[in-house]
Amino acid sequence: MTWLVALPVVLPLIGAGAALALARYPRVQGVVSVSVLSVVLVVSVALLVRVNAGPMVLDVGGWAAPVGITLVVDRLAALMLVVSVTVTLAVLVYSLAQGVADGDEGAPLAVYHPTFLVLSAGVSNTFVAGDLFNLYVGFEILLAASFVLITLGGTRDRIRSGTIYVVVSLVSSVVFLVGIALIYAATGTVNLAQLAMRLPEIDPGMQLVLQLMLLVAFGIKAAVFPLSAWLPDSYPTAPAPVTAVFAGLLTKVGVYAIIRTQVLLFPDGRLDDLLKVVALATMVIGILGAVAQEDIKRLLSFTLVSHIGFMIWGIGTASEAGLSAAIFYVSHHITVQTALFLVAGLIERRGGTTSLVRLGSLARLAPLLAVLFFVPAMNLAGIPPMSGFLGKAGLIEAAAQDGSGLSYTLIAGGLVTSLLTLYAIVKTWNMAFWQEAPEPLPETTTPRGMIGPAAGLVVFSLLLAALAGPLYDYTDRAARDLRARVPYIVSVLPEGGRGTGQSPEVTEEGERGTPEGTGGTDGGEGR
Amino acid sequence: MNIDMAPSLTLVVLVAVLVATGVYLLLERSLSRVIIGIALIGNGVNVLMLVAGGSAGGPPILGESAPEDMSDPLPQAMVLTAIVITLGMTAFLLAMAYRSWQLNGHDEVQDDLEDRRIARRAARDELSERVTDDSGATLAEDAASTRDETARGEDQHARAGHHPAAIGADDEEAKP
Repeated sequence: MTWLVALPVVLPLIGAGAALALARYPRVQGVVSVSVLSVVLVVSVALLVRVNAGPMVLDVGGWAAPVGITLVVDRLAALMLVVSVTVTLAVLVYSLAQGVADGDEGAPLAVYHPTFLVLSAGVSNTFVAGDLFNLYVGFEILLAASFVLITLGGTRDRIRSGTIYVVVSLVSSVVFLVGIALIYAATGTVNLAQLAMRLPEIDPGMQLVLQLMLLVAFGIKAAVFPLSAWLPDSYPTAPAPVTAVFAGLLTKVGVYAIIRTQVLLFPDGRLDDLLKVVALATMVIGILGAVAQEDIKRLLSFTLVSHIGFMIWGIGTASEAGLSAAIFYVSHHITVQTALFLVAGLIERRGGTTSLVRLGSLARLAPLLAVLFFVPAMNLAGIPPMSGFLGKAGLIEAAAQDGSGLSYTLIAGGLVTSLLTLYAIVKTWNMAFWQEAPEPLPETTTPRGMIGPAAGLVVFSLLLAALAGPLYDYTDRAARDLRARVPYIVSVLPEGGRGTGQSPEVTEEGERGTPEGTGGTDGGEGR
Repeated sequence: MNIDMAPSLTLVVLVAVLVATGVYLLLERSLSRVIIGIALIGNGVNVLMLVAGGSAGGPPILGESAPEDMSDPLPQAMVLTAIVITLGMTAFLLAMAYRSWQLNGHDEVQDDLEDRRIARRAARDELSERVTDDSGATLAEDAASTRDETARGEDQHARAGHHPAAIGADDEEAKP
């Protein structure tokens, strides 16, 4: 059954090809994309269930583990897959309804579906990647797709803000690539499981350099504070569904990569204090930015940056409880942030603008919209009993167990951030929903097909709160596996340091510098 | 097995030069130069990847050279992938620069305009007030009339004086 592991990457890529071939038939294209993502969702749920018996490993092309490409799904990866595919599917349905509703404003819809599926494949690939270079390829797949999506239609605004996004993303990829080159020079492998065994043997100073390189590369992608300035400028101008899926997934992919590399490769946690300081700065400075904004989408972008800090906090706390809370928070935040951006798109349709200065009286004009905004907004601010509160409570508990001065500072910072989030959200609520609009809003209606997916995501986020007990059990187990490291390493390299598969000639001399078969590396990733 | 991992000095110097010039160009305002910068850095990193594979040896084909004389093929395979990716990304960036030139007559990478507007309003203490003297200009109009650094070509983009405050003190060249 290990072939299941490849499906979340392969299916969307095939679907993308099919969707591109069907470019002339938008309806069929929509059906193809939705059904492909639905199948991937089913596969992800199956994986989520099956990984309880241990991580699932697929050696691609039958090349044994440290030589060939390895795809690995453990508890963390499976959970991320399920949440990300759910969100992607919801956004796809939303954008279908939007496309039907307004004949897509001259945007090339033919490109939209294939690109969206490629994005999904890229995100899945980063989650299942078992070696650093495949992780890099996954990042590039999703970046290439995101470049097309963020500049969709090539309007003046999107080109302007897209430029910043593209350049910054490419720079972070370059830093990552340098990191990979240095790691390969130091250890002679890029396989994560083998790296986990070899990295502790090299010089501690060199280890620190490699760790910092990876942290910087993923920090840019995750929009951690000093590296986050690109995000609020580039996300808001893209079409609403695109912003929603970017906000939900792309930064979390960075967070996932940080969790994976920091915990698996560098278990001694020498940068934990740095991570905590960075987390504090991200939380507080991000939310101060949000408070100053007067445009809903930009405000939400800043809350996105700010709440990345919570996840980094959990990673920095590094205990099992901290990691577990961080993973819980990631799944909560993906759902809620995407829901909020989808609702912001609905507000834009209803009110004709996202500027808080011009919006108003929406609570009276569109009560359903008001509910849809209010619930995830309160969830984001961490009002009990919703999942945001549970995630933050878990983080605070883990930090209190840690008990150092820095941890208590972080608890204070986290609480202040929650409070300021509440303030920013309430300001939005007052200006857009409660106050009278300065000028009457245009008379329009919102298509039901767009409200449906947004409402679905809101319900899903409430469901996360209702199922928080089992979910926390699951993330606890995921965190225990991550901390132990052994389950991951042993399932990739079971007996004698070789994975399953055939490469008999090199088996005897599985040291570095031996012929490793060019066919086994990442030539065929499709982009 | 002991492997000679001492890198060739020429290659290391080449990496340093490529990356240094690339970073310099990356810091420019014009997107075309940024693209050249990214291409240079990308090539520099690709060479670094080759260096990471150790010193050069015979072709890594069984029967052609003895296993201990072979060069490591894995970094070469990875470099190949990285080259293809860099090529695609550069092509996309070039298209973007061309589109920017088509739309605006320049390919300048601009600062965050919305931040600047908010700072302006905050300075006038109007942030939370409903009634503002918002000229009604959208961000797009603001973007079209703002030039951060690159010299102004024709005057069609000048529309100077419309938003005088949009020109910060540090934008010497942008002053009408």
